[in-house]
Amino acid sequence: MRRVYMDHAAGMPIDQRVLEAMLPTFTRNYGNPSSVHSFGSEAQKAINEARSKVAELIRAEKGEDVVFTSGGTESNNVAIRGVAYRNRDKGNHLIASSIEHMSVINTCKDLSKQGFNVTYLPVDEYGVVDVQALGEEITDKTILVSVMYANGEIGTIEPIREIGEIVRDKGSCFHVDAVAAAGQIPIDVREEGIDLLSLSSNDMYGPRGVGALYVKAGTRLQPIIHGGGQERGLRSGTENLPGIVGMGKAAELAKAEMKSEAERLKRMRDGFIKGVLDSVPESFLNGHPTKRLPNNVSVRFNYVEGESIILSLDMEGVACSSGSACTSKTLEPSHVLLATGLKHEEAHGSLLFTLGRQNTAEDVEYVLGLLPGIVRRLRKMSPLTPKELIV
Amino acid sequence: MYSERVMDHFRNPRNMGEIQDADGVGTVGNPVCGDLMTIYIKVKDDRIDDIKFKTFGCGAAIATSSMITELAKGKTLEDAMKITRADVAESLGGLPPIKMHCSNLAADGLHEAIKEYRKRKGTEK
Repeated sequence: MRRVYMDHAAGMPIDQRVLEAMLPTFTRNYGNPSSVHSFGSEAQKAINEARSKVAELIRAEKGEDVVFTSGGTESNNVAIRGVAYRNRDKGNHLIASSIEHMSVINTCKDLSKQGFNVTYLPVDEYGVVDVQALGEEITDKTILVSVMYANGEIGTIEPIREIGEIVRDKGSCFHVDAVAAAGQIPIDVREEGIDLLSLSSNDMYGPRGVGALYVKAGTRLQPIIHGGGQERGLRSGTENLPGIVGMGKAAELAKAEMKSEAERLKRMRDGFIKGVLDSVPESFLNGHPTKRLPNNVSVRFNYVEGESIILSLDMEGVACSSGSACTSKTLEPSHVLLATGLKHEEAHGSLLFTLGRQNTAEDVEYVLGLLPGIVRRLRKMSPLTPKELIV
Repeated sequence: MYSERVMDHFRNPRNMGEIQDADGVGTVGNPVCGDLMTIYIKVKDDRIDDIKFKTFGCGAAIATSSMITELAKGKTLEDAMKITRADVAESLGGLPPIKMHCSNLAADGLHEAIKEYRKRKGTEK
């Protein structure tokens, strides 16, 4: 059976070239960068190179601005908690968008229990953060604003530069979760007024268990993990050498291939979206039609539930995701879809395809050939489907 | 994630559809929660002569609906009332723990249909 993987937001394969770059660190160049001997300095050199490559991907001034972590979730925790704890004397107000990743939302919720006040910014029907609301909510007591570069569930790219200006004018600190965006679209931390930026290696074809946090020089954070003082004291613990080298290589490749790959993905994405909307009645696009990640196809269908579509596609070898409660551990539908104004029952019928380097136009054709029939079959089963839709 | 038997019922649901002149109809669940099912029964000599379902929901919701129709068909109303959620889950070779409460509604749907039939019959007399 043909197998088509279109769930890259959930997990990505490692690029073969990344794997090859990592291999020597397991058996030959395995020293601890803190060691004085040549094994140590070789490892240190490899880490510094990786740091520079990650810095180049996001146009940071220098490699030293990059701190390696265990992934996007840790980067978000280090950034948000780090700023909050360090700046308690300045204020206790944080602002985050209502469609942030759970690693931001739940960190903010935890900080609320510790005496911080958090304001969640609304988004419009496309998932674009309300910039005017930010202007109204931000005060001298606001110590951090956290808005994601782009949302991985609905693909919407946020007005980061505009937000960055408002935050800078107020003298607050701007954190951006760029896990979904990095490697797909250009990021320029200096031009866009970003103080802290979270990255994940696996979201750009690097290994799992490694991520990074860009920390603009002069941004003061209180560490949350204490130990031997690695990573400028912000992330103690012996460096994950294979992971870091892999992430460096992944960043290098993403930067070099971004332009051509984004063009290719956008063509597939737009054909895919049009194909779905044209062939399935009462189907809709989630997220913004144009300010959209190149790999994101987020759609929804009335009268059917997402998990049952996933299972049906899986039987044909196709892998994708849904924002339905039935596919979440909390039995709540996606907070992102609800924030865009969808009703629960609409969110249940959502389906997310995230394309990747290995997908081809034939893969899209294959899925488009299956989807109308699957939705028709499930609608026939559903007591919600109006009679005229059942043929 | 799901057992083979759940997937079998999801793939080939038994007794899917509506009974136009049903003697009893039971609807349980809520589209807001993501699961809604309707069970239709035809009753003859106090037995379930025919049964069909329509379901909006996840794989577990569809498989449990299909399974309840198999379990209930031919049973007396009294015996059908005794079929529990646990019976349905067990007949399917188990359900993921998280699905045991939200999507395992089919037994409730059957019981609602029988109650509705009894109510109709009571008022007809």
